[in-house]
Amino acid sequence: MVFNTSLTGYQEVFTDPSYCGQIVCLTYPHIGNVGTNLDDEESPKPYIEALVVREFSALSSNWRSSESAQHFLERNNVPVIWDIDTRALVRHLRDVGALRGVVSTDGTPAEKLIAEARALPTMTGQELASRVSSPKSYHWDRGSIDLAAPFAAAASAGAVPAGTSGVPHSAHRPGAASGKRYRVVAYDLGIKQNILRLLVDHGCDVTVVPAKTSAEDVLAMKPDGVFISNGPGDPEPATYAVENIRKMVGRAPIFGICLGHQLCGLALGGKTFKLKFGHHGANHPVKNLLTEKIEITSQNHGFCVDPESLPSSDVEITHLNLNDHTNEGMRHRSLPLFSVQYHPEASPGPHDARYLFDQFIDLMETHKRA
Amino acid sequence: MPKRTDIHKIMIIGSGPIIIGQACEFDYSGTQACKSLRSEGYEVVLVNSNPATIMTDPEIANRTYIEPLSKIYLEAIIAAERPDALLPTVGGQTGLNLAVELAESGILEKYGVKLIGASLDAIKVAEDRLLFKDVCRKIGLEVPASAVVTEIQEAVRFADELGYPVVIRPSFTLGGTGGSIAYNHEEFVDAIARALDASPVHQALIEESVIGWKEYELEVMRDWRDNFVVICSIENFDPMGIHTGDSITVAPAQTLTDKEYQRMRDAAAAIIRAVGVETGGSNIQFGIDPATGRMVVIEMNPRVSRSSALASKATGFPIAKIAAKLAVGMTLDEIPNDITKKTPCSFEPTIDYVVAKIPKWQFEKFPGSDTTLTTQMKSVGEVMAIGRTFQEALCKGIRALEPSSAWRPPAEVTTALLREKLHVPGPDRLHWLFEALERGMSRDEVCDLTKIDPWFIAHLEEMLAVDKRMAGTSLRQCSRELMLESKRSGASDEEIAKLWDVKSSSVRSRRQELGVTPVFKRVDTCAAEFESFTPYLYSTYEEEDESGAVERPKIVILGSGPNRIGQGIEFDYCCCHAAFALKEDGYETVMVNCNPETVSTDYDTSDRLYFEPLTLEDVLAVLDREKPQGVIVQFGGQTPLNLAIELKRNGAKIIGTDPESIDLAEDRRRFGALLTELQIPQPRNATALAPEEAVAAASEIGLPVLVRPSYVLGGRSMVIAYDLKTVQEYVIQAAQIGTAGDPKRPILIDQFLEDATEVDVDALADGEDVLIAGIMEHIEEAGIHSGDSSCVLPSVSLRPSVLERIREYTSRLAKALHVVGLMNVQYAIQRDTVYVLEVNPRASRTIPYVSKATGVPLAKVAARLMTGRKLRELNLPFIEHDGIKELAVHDFYAVKSPVFPFNKFRGVDPVLGPEMRSTGEVMGISSDFGVAFAKAQLAAGQRLPQKGIVFMSVSDHDKKNAHHVARDLVTAGLKIVATRGTAAALRRSGIEVESVYKVNEGRPNIVDLIKTGKIDMLINTPLGRESFYDEKSIRRAAIRYNIPCITTLSAASAAARGIRAMLGHEADVSSLQDLHLRKSTAAVSIPSADSDALPSASPARAGAAVPPADPA
Ligand SMILES: Nc1ncnc2c1ncn2[C@@H]1O[C@H](COP(=O)(O)OP(=O)(O)O)[C@@H](O)[C@H]1O
Ligand SMILES: Nc1ncnc2c1ncn2[C@@H]1O[C@H](COP(=O)(O)OP(=O)(O)O)[C@@H](O)[C@H]1O
Ligand SMILES: [Mg+2]
Ligand SMILES: [Mg+2]
Repeated sequence: MVFNTSLTGYQEVFTDPSYCGQIVCLTYPHIGNVGTNLDDEESPKPYIEALVVREFSALSSNWRSSESAQHFLERNNVPVIWDIDTRALVRHLRDVGALRGVVSTDGTPAEKLIAEARALPTMTGQELASRVSSPKSYHWDRGSIDLAAPFAAAASAGAVPAGTSGVPHSAHRPGAASGKRYRVVAYDLGIKQNILRLLVDHGCDVTVVPAKTSAEDVLAMKPDGVFISNGPGDPEPATYAVENIRKMVGRAPIFGICLGHQLCGLALGGKTFKLKFGHHGANHPVKNLLTEKIEITSQNHGFCVDPESLPSSDVEITHLNLNDHTNEGMRHRSLPLFSVQYHPEASPGPHDARYLFDQFIDLMETHKRA
Repeated sequence: MPKRTDIHKIMIIGSGPIIIGQACEFDYSGTQACKSLRSEGYEVVLVNSNPATIMTDPEIANRTYIEPLSKIYLEAIIAAERPDALLPTVGGQTGLNLAVELAESGILEKYGVKLIGASLDAIKVAEDRLLFKDVCRKIGLEVPASAVVTEIQEAVRFADELGYPVVIRPSFTLGGTGGSIAYNHEEFVDAIARALDASPVHQALIEESVIGWKEYELEVMRDWRDNFVVICSIENFDPMGIHTGDSITVAPAQTLTDKEYQRMRDAAAAIIRAVGVETGGSNIQFGIDPATGRMVVIEMNPRVSRSSALASKATGFPIAKIAAKLAVGMTLDEIPNDITKKTPCSFEPTIDYVVAKIPKWQFEKFPGSDTTLTTQMKSVGEVMAIGRTFQEALCKGIRALEPSSAWRPPAEVTTALLREKLHVPGPDRLHWLFEALERGMSRDEVCDLTKIDPWFIAHLEEMLAVDKRMAGTSLRQCSRELMLESKRSGASDEEIAKLWDVKSSSVRSRRQELGVTPVFKRVDTCAAEFESFTPYLYSTYEEEDESGAVERPKIVILGSGPNRIGQGIEFDYCCCHAAFALKEDGYETVMVNCNPETVSTDYDTSDRLYFEPLTLEDVLAVLDREKPQGVIVQFGGQTPLNLAIELKRNGAKIIGTDPESIDLAEDRRRFGALLTELQIPQPRNATALAPEEAVAAASEIGLPVLVRPSYVLGGRSMVIAYDLKTVQEYVIQAAQIGTAGDPKRPILIDQFLEDATEVDVDALADGEDVLIAGIMEHIEEAGIHSGDSSCVLPSVSLRPSVLERIREYTSRLAKALHVVGLMNVQYAIQRDTVYVLEVNPRASRTIPYVSKATGVPLAKVAARLMTGRKLRELNLPFIEHDGIKELAVHDFYAVKSPVFPFNKFRGVDPVLGPEMRSTGEVMGISSDFGVAFAKAQLAAGQRLPQKGIVFMSVSDHDKKNAHHVARDLVTAGLKIVATRGTAAALRRSGIEVESVYKVNEGRPNIVDLIKTGKIDMLINTPLGRESFYDEKSIRRAAIRYNIPCITTLSAASAAARGIRAMLGHEADVSSLQDLHLRKSTAAVSIPSADSDALPSASPARAGAAVPPADPA
């Protein structure tokens, strides 16, 4: 049972595979106002186990809405509890940490349910990525819906030096601009579609492969770059992925997000640990230690890389969470690998960190030349 | 990076008097900025002409100047203080415009003053609508098609091309003054002229209309490292076409998907960067086509604004305070979040409740004005309410407005009229919405007519549904579940009581029986993700309570609610001072208020803040939770006073003057008896419930008489009747609007004292001692509302014997009413008889002004007296006049002048009367009365001419004294033209004067002269009701062309002295801090030169001062 503090983007939250195995409480009291539509999903179906909200709108009011949020969850058999004091619940979770829970509609007595909940495994030690991963590989070619595109570049922090005019350098995308293409293989550990859309926006031919695809098979595809996706569960038991990353480091540029970041951390010899109640929201300040600039980021993770555990000789810490000073990003000092704990594809969330996709392109570009 | 060390002294320009579109939100932001900069170790120099503000308290800034906000005075202050920098972004449009003026005229450069917060270029790009649009287009954003025009023909040509409707907006005005929507060629021709006129640069923008679209605002901040955050998104309930200041608004945005919201955020980031606002806050407005999602940018304000104040209160993120720190080079991540302590300000607040803002209008004070809501802001104030749902927030907001009682639609309303009411938005549209839905009009039709989003309308429908089910049950039968549901949907006990027609008190007790009581939750910027250390609370019907009330001696202070004419910032000032004083004395201070613009609703003004409506139900809920030692109702104006008796009845301990005596003073019948008993003269008076009764009483008293309802502030609906017919009509009307017929609230009829000088007195009392705080002599005579006339402290022409009597009566009254705290008395002096007009045993409008003139913080002292301390322990500087103590005054004159909103209400006769209509006030200070008066006039937007032509036209009554004034003017070097009669009179006293036609005498007449700019000042004392018509056009012309127009001989003579005094007179400025060090003298010892200051007052009649126009 976790809570998410984002004011917008409940559809993206519902359909984010990283929420597999979790009951989600949204702190904003009015959910469902804008219904759901076909463009804003992060995967074809909702992954949250259940939804807890203060008020759930039957009416959807938005020109893009194609189905009400209520109907959408109902159709996908996701139970919803509403009209309760969600703030009280959040304050409790904040104090005691993420909890195991059961949602029941059949009137089973509370004691039994509590017993059931107690019987559930905790998140720690659970390998869920392979459970949500696509069974077979596929090619992805859809970019962002143009609604969001035009200003992305101008908005992504740093696109415009302080004080100077903010005219965007027409969506700085080396690939797109120069018509160049980059072959990217993306590991699906529960990947969010907006990551794929942005890779396409940046001129990548994207092939998505199942979680357990071997490094050999991936390298055999001669990718310009490999992407390690976000996903649910504890990174530690996902040893297969750690193994694969180890094998690929240095042989192809690697970019990891969220679970992908944690796995890279493990692959580079670090350790991960579980946060009390995690980071789930769209307003977390992250400092880029290389530029000193602050990004307002989208986050969704319960585990975290312990920066102390990383070999500082090889690994440079690049991003820091300013709320609790946990690690948010790193890069390899000599090999083409970087990863962030938060979600630069921010869906939902601010687009401040979109520049990381450009960075991935640049990395592939330099690696190609070398 | 740490803060800048190359600057030490920073100047801040305030926003001047309260006017429509620029209210106390700028006291809030300015005060925050001062405190914020001082806490970083900078020296702050503050300039503001408005004495009613907290920011002009001598302890807020290091150096405080209450001087006219005009270039010459600002230059004088800069020359005297030599600040290193000027922060232009916290003083509203006024502060920003002045900064531009100072920069462009080279003054800043001359004295080496840097602009911080926003560069001149950035300001100009943001403020010049055309430049701004270009920038937006450059970065790929859409804006409504438009053109800037400077003359009418080209304007008309363009508009015809563009096609109607078109939006017209003058450049460099605030609150959309002069702006409008023209639906056809004819309307346009008329509207464009007004627009060009209203613009200081005679320039206007003509724009493609996007009326009916959804309107949004983003409050954003940026630091010099280019870190950018959105503090709050605001969605307007009302569509494009209704000024955001006149719209109900809701935070956060409700009907945007993340993709659409982020697009808007991206656009805002791109705009603030492109415009080049390097540090601070900005407000950016967007329009979205509900059908297609097409988004256009409307405007940007590169400064803190009304919306940023709202956003600060809505999220708990203090924008102005942070903006000030960013302006001196700090970055968002270097500033801790006060509320969570652990986390930095470089984040975006997230909230787990809904905020609703509802504007407050007062069209009733401006008969004949157009009540349609358009692109020009017309509201005088606003309330904000916080609830866990939109319904709860909206309902709390509705009941926070006064009158909070549900509104009854006129009996006969055809569906056609209903449709029109929905289609043409007016101040009462919420009620029409409910009416329409109740009648079963379909949601689609309502949305279609109003262009309000269906999501909002659906919620209104749900509320009505719950009400229906409540109506279906009864006080006894109502189940806990249904009661809870009804409360959760926002219904007040009062509404429920109406449904069941029972007393709201029985609903409350039943509710408590059922265990349905509110809890309090915190505003914490983070939706409970982190612990909050600031008790900033709102009530809601949920399970968990977070108020965490502590066991400590504590005092609850009730605020004054939304700004209104007659009850404005002055009362917020007093409430804040109570909080400051009692905090110093070790009490836990608890504030209750619902006005987002104020300093009192800043979470660090008091120890605990309850952002709640000021109704009995809501206040009692707070008291139940807090169990305070005392409740202060004396400082919030009429709003808390009206609750006093009921609160007491419910066991609240009201400290200070007993509600019973407050009641006694309000109840004219009982109060009359008291005056008789105390042998204090009062105007002959009576009370009446029925028309016949009133007529009888009036003829008994003798005409003219003054009629009004009881229990009102600001002379609401008060008229001077010269005949019985008027009296009768008045009572009949009153009966219709429900103010009469209620035996507890009869109509009051007073003998109207003509030719009387009015005097305001504020006094302090502790139950034993009385201390007179100030005796203010009005410039205009009785008959013009005390809030609408200029006054001077100390008095300049009152005879010692009269002063003695005033002191004597005041002290007698304070003792008789057992006043503990403050008391205000209004006297009228007619032929040396001192009459009492009214007594208010509470803080008055003049408290801040007197405090600043005397250097004694009266409200603080009063608050201490209420907690049982005594005047004698507070050793205040007083002088004793045979046994009666009076605060010593300094050797300078402080003149207070009002400011009026007439330029916002076309077609309204600006003539003044006993009903207050000014929105704000200014203060002029000088050791010379004339200079002080002239400065006040200038500050109020009336520049008294140094040369040129003065037009005079005075009543027969005034003709004998007019020559004094005329001579003064002539010696000052001005020419005089006059209407026939006046000219003759003046010639007789040997004054050279040219005569001119009245409007109906031929051309060119006086109005022609005004329009062609030949007249520099008008002196026009009314000739009685008959010829009003003729004069109206003169006065209107004066307003329109902003020419000083004075309409009482006493004011004219003060002005003449002012003009003479200003001759070859350098702009002299002095800081309050220095002024208060000046030697004190007895109020009585007036320099004898002044005793002939004012000629005996001239007749008031239907009062007749034409006011200075709003200086905006
Ligand atoms: N092109 C337009 N079409 C329709 N309504 C408009 C348009 N531009 C502005 N408005 C309305 O006029 C109001 C005031 O315009 P704005 O640009 O915000 O001026 P101000 O400086 O007075 O706030 C806005 O709140 C909006 O409701
Ligand atoms: N009897 C009177 N004769 C002349 N003027 C009066 C009289 N009573 C009131 N007025 C005028 O009306 C104004 C408003 O009356 P007041 O009793 O002060 O109402 P409010 O409570 O609104 O201040 C006063 O400031 C004064 O100028
Ligand atoms: Mg605006
Ligand atoms: Mg009065």
